[in-house]
Parts: sequence; C-alpha cells; structure tokens
Amino acid sequence: MIDQNEQNGNGSGAESKATGRRNFLKFGALAAGLTVVGGGLQKVLSQDKKENPDTTVFTRDGKVFKADKACLHEYTAPPVTNAEARIGIPGKKFTMVFDLAKCDGCKKCTESCQAMHFTESDREWIKVYKMKDAETTASYYMPKPCMHCDNPPCTKVCPVGATFKREDGIVLIDDDRCIGCRSCMAACPYSARFFNWSDPMQPVAVANIPYSPEHGFPRQRGTTEKCDFCPHMIREGKMPACVSGCPMQAIYFGDQNEDAVTNSAGVTVKFSQLLEDNSAYRLLEELGTEPRVYYLPPKNRKYPKPDMESIGKENKIEGGKSDTGMGNMAM
Amino acid sequence: MSKIIYPDSHIPAELSEEVIREDSMRPTMKWGRSTQLWLGFLFMVFGWGLYAYIHQLRHGLGETAMRNYVSWGLYISTFVFFIGISHSGTLVSAILRITKQDWRMPITRIAELMTFVSLCFGGLMPIIDLGRADRIANLVIFGRVQSPLMWDVMSIVTYFTGSTIFLWLPMIPDMGLMRDRLTVVDTPFKKFKKWLYKTLAIGWTGSKSQWKRLELVMTIMTIIIIPVAVSVHTVVSYIFAMTLRPGWNSTIFGPYFVAGALYSGSAVVILAMVIFRKLYHLEKYITYRHFDLMGRVVLSLTLIYGYLNLNEYWIPAYKMATSEGHLLHDLFSGSYSTAFWLCQFGTVLFPIVVMCFPKGRTPGALTVVCIFIAIGAWVKRYLIVVPTLLHPFLPIQDVPLTWSQYFPNWVEWSVTMAAFSGMVIIVTLYAKFFPMMSMWEVVHGAHIEESKRVAFEKVEHAEEINEAKTNHKKATVVG
Repeated sequence: MIDQNEQNGNGSGAESKATGRRNFLKFGALAAGLTVVGGGLQKVLSQDKKENPDTTVFTRDGKVFKADKACLHEYTAPPVTNAEARIGIPGKKFTMVFDLAKCDGCKKCTESCQAMHFTESDREWIKVYKMKDAETTASYYMPKPCMHCDNPPCTKVCPVGATFKREDGIVLIDDDRCIGCRSCMAACPYSARFFNWSDPMQPVAVANIPYSPEHGFPRQRGTTEKCDFCPHMIREGKMPACVSGCPMQAIYFGDQNEDAVTNSAGVTVKFSQLLEDNSAYRLLEELGTEPRVYYLPPKNRKYPKPDMESIGKENKIEGGKSDTGMGNMAM
Repeated sequence: MSKIIYPDSHIPAELSEEVIREDSMRPTMKWGRSTQLWLGFLFMVFGWGLYAYIHQLRHGLGETAMRNYVSWGLYISTFVFFIGISHSGTLVSAILRITKQDWRMPITRIAELMTFVSLCFGGLMPIIDLGRADRIANLVIFGRVQSPLMWDVMSIVTYFTGSTIFLWLPMIPDMGLMRDRLTVVDTPFKKFKKWLYKTLAIGWTGSKSQWKRLELVMTIMTIIIIPVAVSVHTVVSYIFAMTLRPGWNSTIFGPYFVAGALYSGSAVVILAMVIFRKLYHLEKYITYRHFDLMGRVVLSLTLIYGYLNLNEYWIPAYKMATSEGHLLHDLFSGSYSTAFWLCQFGTVLFPIVVMCFPKGRTPGALTVVCIFIAIGAWVKRYLIVVPTLLHPFLPIQDVPLTWSQYFPNWVEWSVTMAAFSGMVIIVTLYAKFFPMMSMWEVVHGAHIEESKRVAFEKVEHAEEINEAKTNHKKATVVG
C-alpha cells in the first residue's frame, strides 16, 4: 500500500500514475474537507513512515491515510515533455458544461483566464456573449471557450501539425512549431482562436521559462493561441482558471470517462445525469464538429437577462469602440 | 490579276523569316533612356514595398490592418488573384496548342511569361502573409498532407516548375539563334547575353533529331500542364471551401475559381498584347484578328464565370439560411454592396455585352473591357476573402473597432504594390533580353499560312478553270 503511494509521489510508476490521475477530480472534491491538503496542493507520502501518524492525507488514488506531517512534501507535477504534451493525460476525456441559467454575465471567468494566461484584455480565450437567437426569444449570457471539438476543423487544416487533438480530448497548439498561416483561425466556426499579431504581453515570471504547449508560455509573436482547458493546472490536480473563477458556480469541468464534473463550489455531479436532466446541447451541433463543451439551456434564469441594447455601448476594452453586433446575431 | 487574300490569315504569310526575326529581336538590341527610367521607377516602388515588408517582419503582422476576425486580408486576396492570372499561359499556350489553333503563335510567349511572373509573386504572397516566415522549413519537416495549404504548396511548386519549363522549352531554338547571332551584332550587355543565351540554348544546333525531341517534350508538357493548372486553382479555392464558414462552404468553389482564373488570366494576356503590340510595333503580327479571337475566348469564359457567379449567389440568396443570410445581406445591400454590384455589372455583365459585338473585340474596346475585368477580378477576390471573415457564426461583440472592420493599411498596400511592380520588372527585363514572340513558331506559322494560301489559290484556280470549262461547254452546246 505504502509502496504504491511512494510510486505515485515519485511519479515513476506509469500505471499507478494513470489510476491516480483518473481519480483526481473526486479527490479534488473531497480535498476541501481534509486537513492537510489545502489550496489545491496535493501532498503525498514520502518514503519514511512514522509510528505516530498525526495528520490525515488523501492519496492520488483516492485512499485516506494518517501520516506524520514531517514526512509529507508538496507534490509538483513533473515537467511535461513535448511528446507527452501531444499525447495528453492518459485515460481522460475532459469536458466542460456551462449552466446558462446560472450565468449572470459577470465575466469573472474571462478575467481569471486572462490572469492565468497573462493575456491582454482584448484576448478573451473564454468570451461571454450576449445572445438572443430571435426577436421573440429570450436573451441570455453565453460564455464560450474553445470547444475542443472531437472532429476539430482547425487541426485538420494545419499544414505543420502545430495544432493537434490529444487523447484526453484537448486541442492544443505547439507555438514552437506554428508558422502563423492562420488557416486554423479561418477554419474555426467558433472564433475561438487568436493570433499574436505583435509581441505579446509577457510578465518576466513566464518570459524565460522553457516553452511547453501545456501552459503556452512564453507566448510568441506570429503564432496562434486559444483556450487550452489549462492542462498544466489539470496535471497538478487543479481546475481550469475559468471554472474555479466562476462565482456563480455555472461552469462544470471534469472527465467524461469518470462521468463526473465539478464546479467552483466543489460540487461534483454525475456528468451524464446533468446533461440528461437539463436537456443539454452543444453549440452549432449542425456543423458536426462534435464539441466537448456542453450548455444547459437558460431555463428559469436566476439572474437578470442581458440588456441587448447595451451591446456595443460598453467600452470594456481599452482604446477601442465596440461593434454593434446586433445585426449579426447568429446561432 | 488582283491579289487573293486567304480569308483567315492570322500570321503574315508574306513576311520572310528574316523580317520576322528582326522584328522580334529589335527591342532586345536597345537599352534606352526610357527603359532605364521605367525600371528606375519600378525599382523605387519595389524598394518601398521591401521596406514595408522588413518593417512588417521587424514588428510583426500587427503592423498590417489584419486582426483576429479578418485574419486574412489583402495578401491572401492578391495571392488568389495572381494565381488566377497565372492560368493565362496554360490557356493560350497549352489549350490552344492542343486544339491546334495556329493563330496562337505570336501570343504564346506573352501568355507563358504572364504565367511565370504571376506565379513568382503569387507564390510569395502567402509567405509574406505568414506570421513566422522564419519557420517556413516546418512545411517540409512537419508537413501534413491532409492540410489544404499543403496541397497549395505542392501544386503551386509543381505548376511553377512546369510553367517555367513550358516558358523555356519554346525559347530553346530562339536562344540558339540569338547565341549564334551575337557574333555578328553589337548589343548592350554582350558578355552577359553570350553566357545567358549559351546556357539557355543548351547546345541547340537545330538538327533534325533535336527538333523531333523538342516537339515531343513540348507535347508531353502541354498535356501535363493543363491538369496541373486546373488543380492549382482548385486547391487554392480549397483553403476557403474546406472550412465551414458561410460564403466559403460551397461545393462549386473549385470550378468557380478555375473559371475566374481563366477569365482574369486571358484578360491580362489581352492587356499585355495591347502593350507589346504598341511598344514593339508588332501590329503586323498581333492583328485585329487575334484580338477578335481572344475577345471571343474571354467572352465565353466570362459567360461561364457569370453563370457560376449566378449559382454561387442566387442559390443561397433564395434560401437565405441564417448564417449565410447575414453575409449575403452585407454583400447585396450592406457595406460591401457597391463593390459587389460594381463587380457583377461592371466586370461581368458589361464585358459580355461589349464583347458580343465585333466592334467590342477590337484592341481599343478590349483594352477598356480587360482593365475592368482585371481590376474586377482582384476586387472580387477581396470580396470573397474579407466579408466572410467579418461574418462568423458567433456575433462579433465588444471588440476593438479595429477587429470588427478591415481595410488594408499602408504596409499591405506597399507590399502588394511591390509584388505588382516586381512582376512588371521581370516582364520588362525579360523583354529586354528575349524576343517577345516565339520566332520559330511565328516563322512556322507563316509557313503554314503560306501553304494554306497556296492551297487556297489552287482551289480558286481550279474553280476558275472549272468555270471556264463549263462556260466553254455551254458555249459549245449553244454553238
């Protein structure tokens, strides 16, 4: 038992690592109630065991333990190689669910995302739209990240394989390989992709770290970027920035294989049940892109509906006016 | 006895070989002040564009007007336009060769040259448009054959190689002739020309076996180049048609682009014909008859293109599906409507009407029509690329103004103009070193015309004799 935990801690046993990761979401949900594991940091057993275990820990494969505090050390995910980043996290199928009834359009998801990825204020990897499908239908807010399609139009057209679909469902970009042709941007029906037209904003903290497609730092001029489901956070057992940043608990994230999704309040629900009970749908289903992102219809909204008149009048973005957009409402 | 003129004379049969050669080579013997001034002007434009491109390289594509919604702009539109122009050579030279249209001979060189230069710069446009041109080698290292852009790379490289050979092959006998002639005449850049002609003539002596081989290789190239040309513009359309976007998601984009390419390409050939006819005094060779026939070619291509235009817009316009509807509204009555309708009427309907009349197929009228067609084709490419990008499936909301509208800025205009002037520079230099008519082909054509004329005269003569005989018979009967 202990041996297995040691293996997890060292990150050497491939098989047990896989099991450990498969369960991380459950772990994340339970973690709040545990004493040692706080702030989203995982702690695992180190090699020595003491006679007087004085603290409770939760291992990466879902076991509860008593252990000596002195024997514990903080777990940090081992650096991910480019080859690993292309394959993804084994055994996973990540998915995201937006409960539109809960979304009040506060854009905290966008802000958390921008803070995490150090992007400019106009770079909304997750964008909150004000939607109104027809003159007579209700308006609602709709956050839109990358759909991480299972039939992604963007990866198909990439001439150099700089954007790719991973086994865990995530569509990533390798900015070290991107030639900046912007075929993927033309191909994406969700306008999810952004281009670094000029030198991107770069905090010193991330400007000099080794590049990995999983965190996308340092960002590079002349390459494409987009929502990446925060795989570097997932590796550490944490939620993507938008999910944990949502004060309305409207965003669920999880593993489809595990059939569990969790929101910012740590509420874990059955993924299939959530979709079933709420008649979930996917955006632009008719295009056949097979998105991994689901929406729960804005039925019985808990918050005021968006004021469609305000589109284009809010100057949320510095230095630029906004487009009227109304004539362009499309679904 | 009055001179009998063969009714369909395309090539002046009465001209001797020497005259044809002198007329073709005369411009290469001069390097005048006007040439220098003209080249100086072109190099200035080119240099300014080069500066703009270096500026773009240094500061990134952010220096252009392109932003996240309109992520392709003037560069890609011009790319499509240039690749379109490049179809002229194939049409005039290969298709007319394979259908044995002897009248093509004085204009094949012009057409092939247009193909060559437009491909030179057409192929450069997407590279100029790259965010990371420094990583161009990735196309080879990590190339994915599933990508439409890769199809473009492959077919354009193939077509460029093919049409360079296709331009050079018929030059070989001419190069042999000019190489030999250099020993007796004085000309500017003699040393360079000596080397140039010798290299390009690859030991041409004009022996029977060489002629035979040349004929064979040219036949093979003619057959190869036609499907390659069709494939090129088809896959150029695929970089758009393979996406889900309204306006691009169309099954007729392949043929639509090919037709548009042939239509604009042959119009540009006519413009080049007009210019070189005037500049090089080739009125004897490029006759009204040629303009009439090329006018008919452009007319039929415009009709095909117009028909495809109808299909491309009328079918979705009848249905007005949501996403496509927004785009079509913008094109028909919105911000792009002026350009759209000017394109439809000015460069499709108007040319058709004009070219239907024989007077509309004279050099003067055709010049006007072809300028319309050439500019219209360029604007049309822009109208295919930009408005679609401004009408994505999801609305454009709360973005900087620069994202939600697009007009090329000085960097893009300068670089694009440099590409145009680069084309003209190559054409000018080419015309100063090589004959603008394929001399041996024109001579050959003159021979064909001569033999036709002789045959015609014989028939006429035979008819006269027959007539005389009948009259004589009648006379005897009456007598």
